[in-house]
Amino acid sequence: MFISLKRMIAGVTLACGLSMAAALPAAATDLSFYFPVAVGGPITKLIDGYVAEFQKAHPDIRISPVYAGSYQDTLAKALTALKGGDAPQVAILLSTDMFTLIDEDAVLPFEQLAKSDADKAWLNAFYPAFMENSRAGGHVWGVPFQRSTVVQYWNKEAFKEAGLDPEKPPQTWDELVAFGHRLTKRDAGGAVTQWGVQIPSSGFPYWLFQCLAIENGVVLANEAGDKTDYANPKAIESLQFWHDLSARERIHPSGVVEWGTTPKDFFERKAAIIWTTTGNLTNIRANAPFAFGVSMLPEKVRRGSPTGGGNFYVFKNASPEQRTAALEFVKFMTSAERAAQWGIDTGYVATRPDAWETPAMKAYVAGFPAAAVARDQLQYSVAELSTHDNQRVTKALNDALQAVLTGAKSPAEALGEAQANAERLLKSYR
Amino acid sequence: MSGLGRSSPIGPAMAGLAAWLLAALWLLPMAFALWTAFHPSAFAAHFDPTAPLTLENFSRAWEAAPFARYFLNTSLLVAGVMAGQMILCTLAAYGFARFPFPGAGLVFALVLMQLMIMPDLLLVENYRTIKALGLIDSIAGIGLPYVASAFGIFLLRQTFKGIPRELDDAARIEGCGPLGVLWRVYIPLARPTYVAYGLVSVSYHWNNFLWPLIITNSVSTRPLTVGLSVFAATDQGIDWSVISAATLMTAAPLLIAFLAFQRQFVNSFLRAGIR
Amino acid sequence: MSKRLNALYGWLLILPAVSLLAAFTHLPAVMTLLASVHSTPRGTRPPHFVGLDNYRDMMADPIFWQSLWNNLIYALATIPVSVALALTMALLVNRSFPGRSLARLAFFTPTVLPMIAVANIWLFFYTPDYGLLDRLVGFLGMAHHNWLGERGTALWALIAVAIWKESGFFMIFYLAALQQIPATLREAAALEGAGPWTCFRRVTLPLLMPTTLFVLINALINAFRMVDHVVVMTRGGPDNATSLLLFHIFEVGFRFWDSAYAATLTVVLVTILSLVAALKFHFLDSRTHYR
Repeated sequence: MFISLKRMIAGVTLACGLSMAAALPAAATDLSFYFPVAVGGPITKLIDGYVAEFQKAHPDIRISPVYAGSYQDTLAKALTALKGGDAPQVAILLSTDMFTLIDEDAVLPFEQLAKSDADKAWLNAFYPAFMENSRAGGHVWGVPFQRSTVVQYWNKEAFKEAGLDPEKPPQTWDELVAFGHRLTKRDAGGAVTQWGVQIPSSGFPYWLFQCLAIENGVVLANEAGDKTDYANPKAIESLQFWHDLSARERIHPSGVVEWGTTPKDFFERKAAIIWTTTGNLTNIRANAPFAFGVSMLPEKVRRGSPTGGGNFYVFKNASPEQRTAALEFVKFMTSAERAAQWGIDTGYVATRPDAWETPAMKAYVAGFPAAAVARDQLQYSVAELSTHDNQRVTKALNDALQAVLTGAKSPAEALGEAQANAERLLKSYR
Repeated sequence: MSGLGRSSPIGPAMAGLAAWLLAALWLLPMAFALWTAFHPSAFAAHFDPTAPLTLENFSRAWEAAPFARYFLNTSLLVAGVMAGQMILCTLAAYGFARFPFPGAGLVFALVLMQLMIMPDLLLVENYRTIKALGLIDSIAGIGLPYVASAFGIFLLRQTFKGIPRELDDAARIEGCGPLGVLWRVYIPLARPTYVAYGLVSVSYHWNNFLWPLIITNSVSTRPLTVGLSVFAATDQGIDWSVISAATLMTAAPLLIAFLAFQRQFVNSFLRAGIR
Repeated sequence: MSKRLNALYGWLLILPAVSLLAAFTHLPAVMTLLASVHSTPRGTRPPHFVGLDNYRDMMADPIFWQSLWNNLIYALATIPVSVALALTMALLVNRSFPGRSLARLAFFTPTVLPMIAVANIWLFFYTPDYGLLDRLVGFLGMAHHNWLGERGTALWALIAVAIWKESGFFMIFYLAALQQIPATLREAAALEGAGPWTCFRRVTLPLLMPTTLFVLINALINAFRMVDHVVVMTRGGPDNATSLLLFHIFEVGFRFWDSAYAATLTVVLVTILSLVAALKFHFLDSRTHYR
């Protein structure tokens, strides 16, 4: 009650301040801003803080943030609202939703907004790896905000117990298997008490599979988002490797591994090496009861990981004033200082090189070098799988991956079917 | 009641034991929720009796979302829906039970369709309707599709039909109009049905999730369940301690209400003829 | 009162409820049917008439068939077990014994908890190795299992959650019915030398028949309506092994944005439930006669 009362007072004060500002000659521009976080929590407070700061600098713009739930809920909300005629003007949605938003004719390319030289320079300030999921058909549709990538976490204590150097994580697939054997512990009855390695596969296994595929030298979709390469022999080989980690090597839990419990499995010493998002860094740092390390993913023919996370989009239904205001807001939210602060506060990867040069970020990295691993891996990163009819095309892959990991189909069979499915769905977009 | 106890085909001692075992099994997930809610998250999977107790999970859950506001929203929603249901369903049930009109049978069959085709199933179309009414992101918008409830109409009609006509006639002789008769005779006599139906309605709307999720946008309208989705599996993985605390917190009012009124509830069900 | 005035009152009394029902059930149902024979509007392309194309696609959609099949297994497993358990619970807590209130509360608690929250708690229950279930299983000397991650057990794990959630609700109905059975009936049976089992089978069970029908049909509706736990626990995985019909509709409608195809699937679901409705009226009618 106390908290909400404080909030209400803050809200009322803010509203009073705003209405006073609105009473000034210039009419205020209203922007509704959809943000993918389930209501409440520390992230909401951060965003509220940024918005308040922005409004102080721009009294003529009124932002109403809508905390719309998960990414999928937010997209659902935005598109449902779009069909009902009251879409938001600005939203943060998955970078992979780009084609869906283009096909729904929902969003504006940023070139139409960012016309001055300074604005163009701003669009060029982000890491190229993040921009891969922001461009299509020669336009920039999204601006990177909360972006992530997959990294490898390892339990240093478990390494020590297994006679491995606790400072040396596996660098190659072969090492991953060799270390995995050393790290897998069994009790007297033969039941596993600690798995060597764990790569989650529930919900969105395609993202983790992309790591393996990229490392094996295959990119799963083209840039135009109208062709996939699921059945590439290298992709089949990558899936075989994932499958064999549990079925043949027995160093990885069998079946589909839940994403949500993977950090807990790590804390419980059930898995000595896990692959998961950089977004987990803060959580793992706070809760791991042992010394842990963070590294880039191991390589096969190359290093690599897909990027992930959300971009800013500006919606077409915005009026000219709203478009100008939206651009101001997006620029404000993605400035170097804010990108650095956002990265420090949340564990997401700061989206532009100059953010890493800010004093705040430098101090943070000096105290916690693991935070820079994701940045260093960016040079090897590839766009997250994204195509037209994205949800369906990735679901075809997800189903195939889970079918193989649960032993129902062979990699070649499953990926062949997934590719045929994707072909059928994507034909009309070419 | 002890006389009725003999209805059980199992020996009394065995039956008691079986009840205890089954109850224990049923409480297991809740027992786990209690354990994790009151212990630091490091002990979520370690049932160590010496583990320190803490209320921190509750304060973290409380801070994770404006739960006070959500409690208010849910209470308003549940009370509003129930009030609307009581009024509309009472009128309709009275109409069906006592005022035969041509086509009543067909209309009643159409009403009963809603028992199967709940508004939850028609999300997209209902969103459009609510939008056209300008009720997106309002508590009224969450509740409106549910206010006319076939289940309520059905139950109350059954009850009203069971009330002797003589009482009705007596009230009329005393000069009551149709609504007066409803108010003086039918509603008081149907009280158990109202209580039983109220319980079903409250527990349904207290826990409804998908529709409120789609229809609400802001803190001032979201109900508890949508607030709880803060804790549904996220990027950062699942923190069971906080989820458990939040679950206990949000379910507590209903649980306490049931504990306090369980005898009345059961009796109401009994007398409402929901069997 | 004249017949016509009576009819007028009847119409006026039902009007508010019926118009709301029409606005939120019948009208959208018809709109859904219309949407199912049109294409999905995308961006600037308006919907156009496609006849039965969506239905043809549905016949060729393996996920539809899998979801339908899963849903049938789900219904066939949850309904008898939860109804039988509900009856058992009601019989158990209908007699007095120490801790009866607590037992009733234990059975009823799952009903009042939001599925969205308990699904997360059950997720822990099923967690391999250190989850509660694997602890119990390990204690009994059996091998650990990835309950939600293997296709052989995932659907059954969800079925168990549904049974846990629903039995207590149905128990209330049985409890109310049991208390209405006159003690004299059983006493008479006992006098004639019927043992408790015969008494249960010959006296109690037949008298509970109307309740059983009511509960059975409600269980059937719920079997096609409850999907919150699928959303939280498996998202239909692994490889659609736990996809239920309404979950598939939700996915097609609000994840794939294919509103026409979602409408087509909804028509199928509504048809199934209408058949159930027809059954229900049939049985409810015979029940009224019974009374």
